[in-house]
Amino acid sequence: MARYLGKRIFYLVLTLFIVTTLTFFLMKLMPGTPLTNQEKLSPSQIHLIYKQYGLDKPVWLQYIEYLINATHGDFGTSFQFSDQPVSYLISSRIGASIQLGVQAMVLGVIVGIVIGAFGAVKRNTWMDSATTIISILGISIPSFVLAVVLQYFIGLKLGWFPIADWGGFSYTVLPTLALAMAPLAESARFVRTEMVDVLSSDYIELARAKGMSKTGVIYHHALRNSLIPLVTIIGPVAVNIMTGSMVIENIFSIPGIGNQFVQSVLTNDYPTIMGLTIVYCFMLTVVLLLTDIVYGIIDPRIRITENRG
Amino acid sequence: MESKEKILEVKDLTINFNTYAGTVKAIRDVSFDLNKGETLAIVGESGSGKTVTTRSIMGLNASNADVAKGSIMFHDKDILKMSDKEIEAMRGAEIAEIFQDPMTSLDPTMKIGRQIAEPLMIHKGMKKDKAMSQALEMMKLVGITDAEHRINDYPHQFSGGMRQRIVIAIALINYPEIIIADEPTTALDVTIQAQILRLMKELQDKISTSIIFITHDLGVVAGMADRVAVMYAGKIVEFGTVDEIFYDPKHPYTWGLLNSMPTMDTADDSLPSIPGTPPDLLDPPKGDSFAPRNAYAMKIDTEQEPPFFKVSDTHYAATWLLHPDAPEVTPPAQIIERQKKYKEMQQELAEEAKKPVKEEEEL
Repeated sequence: MARYLGKRIFYLVLTLFIVTTLTFFLMKLMPGTPLTNQEKLSPSQIHLIYKQYGLDKPVWLQYIEYLINATHGDFGTSFQFSDQPVSYLISSRIGASIQLGVQAMVLGVIVGIVIGAFGAVKRNTWMDSATTIISILGISIPSFVLAVVLQYFIGLKLGWFPIADWGGFSYTVLPTLALAMAPLAESARFVRTEMVDVLSSDYIELARAKGMSKTGVIYHHALRNSLIPLVTIIGPVAVNIMTGSMVIENIFSIPGIGNQFVQSVLTNDYPTIMGLTIVYCFMLTVVLLLTDIVYGIIDPRIRITENRG
Repeated sequence: MESKEKILEVKDLTINFNTYAGTVKAIRDVSFDLNKGETLAIVGESGSGKTVTTRSIMGLNASNADVAKGSIMFHDKDILKMSDKEIEAMRGAEIAEIFQDPMTSLDPTMKIGRQIAEPLMIHKGMKKDKAMSQALEMMKLVGITDAEHRINDYPHQFSGGMRQRIVIAIALINYPEIIIADEPTTALDVTIQAQILRLMKELQDKISTSIIFITHDLGVVAGMADRVAVMYAGKIVEFGTVDEIFYDPKHPYTWGLLNSMPTMDTADDSLPSIPGTPPDLLDPPKGDSFAPRNAYAMKIDTEQEPPFFKVSDTHYAATWLLHPDAPEVTPPAQIIERQKKYKEMQQELAEEAKKPVKEEEEL
């Protein structure tokens, strides 16, 4: 296990390095400069500012300097907010994003499991069709459309929850719902397919032949076996939530890193773009690593092969 | 031999499946009975209705199965009229089933001890610890070595043969009166097959259970069964003791089956087979459904379904060839050979019957 973990962590670092490199050069290829009112500045002023931020050096040198600083924990200072170190900028905003992401993930996956399992058990009835429609809608409606709809009807018309801003649990409800829809639909669809498969398998038949009731079979045999593979979609779902949060945080004016990421791209805030890219990449690879580890723990078949390997 | 106590009686069972393509007449007028402690083999090719028949006994047929007619009397109750609760109480307790493929019939994520213990917990309301200790005993009984350690293993840690032993342990744990074995050795390789069959025989003697043995392999039947029912296209075409079916078969289909089974005497390199394919049960042919593949078919076979003709008290066959007016036909050479052997056996038996008297005189 230790060897396995070591290998995985090595890959994690390698991934981070590759993503950092690619992002750095792609970012430099973006049109525009970090300066907001470039046309009013004289070339010498621009040169002075560039020199202050080290932007006058060749790109490869900037890259190497960034890497060296980053390995020492220095991610630079934001262009957008002067004197704010990127690390502080991120750490003060990441809490909101993580809370939102985790809430959306938990809500979406749990409701998705219930809906998917229900659809599989009641296969080919109107209830099954209803669950299928929910997942199709959930996958095809973009979260930002849903967000606006929720804002209008639940926030504005009904007035149950705040429409935007951040400040307590009630503020998280609408954005969580908007973000949760995609994971919900994804896991509902996945669980339904898995469960339909499992329910028609021989061991379910054998469990029935033991005299177990229909609900007993679902509870003791079908659920566990159809939920284990669900772990494999947690990674893609996490990606979905991370990208979704960039838009959702903007719509609901939530001071999170998703919102910040969009702003920093719009303003060519290089250090912040880089910092946030690394943070996103790190979160994603850690989620993937965790799901692999969890998969090994809950599925005995994988657990054993690993011990041998 | 055994006490001839009838414990299961299937009568005129007719089951249709409603599908998009139409009504599939899966089994038609199937009747047989099962005595205590005996092994009844149901033989037939794929799609002949063997499994549908036994699934109905377990009350496990698919939801689109429609019982058009018939009854399955288990002791004094008709299984077909039981409520779901009653059937669940019976399944796994009084009637248990061994499935075909041990590689897929165990829950891959549950420890095997728990899987064996489950029927005890369901039917006897046993606590887990107690059920597990009984499961351990059963594992030893079915010949799983190092059972104490292996009870916490998962199915994938066992070989196919061992898994089938586990499935057998699950079936036996409540000492059921009837075990339905649906092609229990088909998925195993031949050496393991023999082990599993021997094990089943041994255990049957130990707990005196009846077995309904479904197979398409006549070679397996010879060693296992007391009586044999041959099924074709959803109907039983011949029914008799194992000797009668093997050595004095009357139905051309049984001839075909026996002919296509290699024996030690088969000198030829070629293995005969039954020409053609089984009929489409969406629209079974008029008359005898075997007629199109039957070299001995007569005109009446294409017009009227043959009834059962009695050969002996235990032997029945549904073929017009047994009708008094039917012309004499010569069965395939191999069958004649078998019939000869059968007559010799009968004679030997008759002589054997006299022997003990002599021996007593000598003493």
